[in-house]
Amino acid sequence: MTREPRLVEVRKNVLKQNDVVARGLRGRFRAAGVFAVSLVSSPGSGKTAFLEKTLTLLRPNYRVAALVGDLATENDAVRLARSQAPVKQITTGTLCHLEAAMVDKALEDWDLNQLDYLFIENVGNLVCPSSYDLGEDLRLVLISVTEGEDKPLKYPTIFHSADVVIVTKTDLASAVEFDWEAAFGNIQAVRPGIPVLRVSAKTGEGMQEYLEWLGTYLTEVGSAAV
Amino acid sequence: MHELSIAMSIVELAQEEIEHRGGRITAVHLKLGALAGVVKEALLSSYEMACEDTCLAGSRLIFEDVPVIVFCPNCQAQRSLSSVQWFCCSECGTPTPEVVQGKELQVVALEILE
Repeated sequence: MTREPRLVEVRKNVLKQNDVVARGLRGRFRAAGVFAVSLVSSPGSGKTAFLEKTLTLLRPNYRVAALVGDLATENDAVRLARSQAPVKQITTGTLCHLEAAMVDKALEDWDLNQLDYLFIENVGNLVCPSSYDLGEDLRLVLISVTEGEDKPLKYPTIFHSADVVIVTKTDLASAVEFDWEAAFGNIQAVRPGIPVLRVSAKTGEGMQEYLEWLGTYLTEVGSAAV
Repeated sequence: MHELSIAMSIVELAQEEIEHRGGRITAVHLKLGALAGVVKEALLSSYEMACEDTCLAGSRLIFEDVPVIVFCPNCQAQRSLSSVQWFCCSECGTPTPEVVQGKELQVVALEILE
């Protein structure tokens, strides 16, 4: 009998279970023809206001719905419901991020075939959501002008898990002397080439350009998938 | 702080492995990329908590750090980064978002006492 431990090779991804569920979700989204878009940002960067505006603007022409993750309250779901779109809250308790299984469970009684767009608002957090694939086609990372220009340098990982950067609250940019050049430089330093869009959910500035960009991007994803 | 969720996934994965192999796990070897979004110190203390009352209690978590490697379109070669805040080729300075490695979060091996 040997007293020395034996080294046994395993090579398994720690988040394989989440990845399997996320792959399943992605397949279901594709099959139903629904485009899934998730939003990540730090708390207070304006995700909910931005999403409410998005839902309101898309709703006349598309069938839209949203899932919203929150630690404890249902405030965000109540706000989003004002857009008249179907909204469901995922209360995560103390968990700081959404996982694919939570999305899967929340969608249990929804018919995906009745949707064109599904938005998934993650819990406000720029660290934890980066590790979890939710099966989405597109991940938006939001940073508001009031947070300062150096967020990308502090949280490079989340910028590598996202497909586009949305700079929010642009109506406040001059009040907080937001340095666009520095912000753009920092974003490009951590993720060269990532598209950057500017919006104000309050004034509506940039929203139309963003929706056009979204439409073009998702058409490309759709035709690539065919 | 999602390190506790990660630690619990590691414990679960190791338990599944040991179930059909038998023996006692004394250490788990983890490949951790610099872009995995995991804080090592937080994961270590979470791991200890996650192991409590399981067959992994008292086992060690051993890290194998994986630095970020990018592909430089100019050099047509894999290059390291000088910093994760600066995604540029370390040789010619060309910006590149193409990550070749650095996102790993993988259990590579178990030390098993039979």
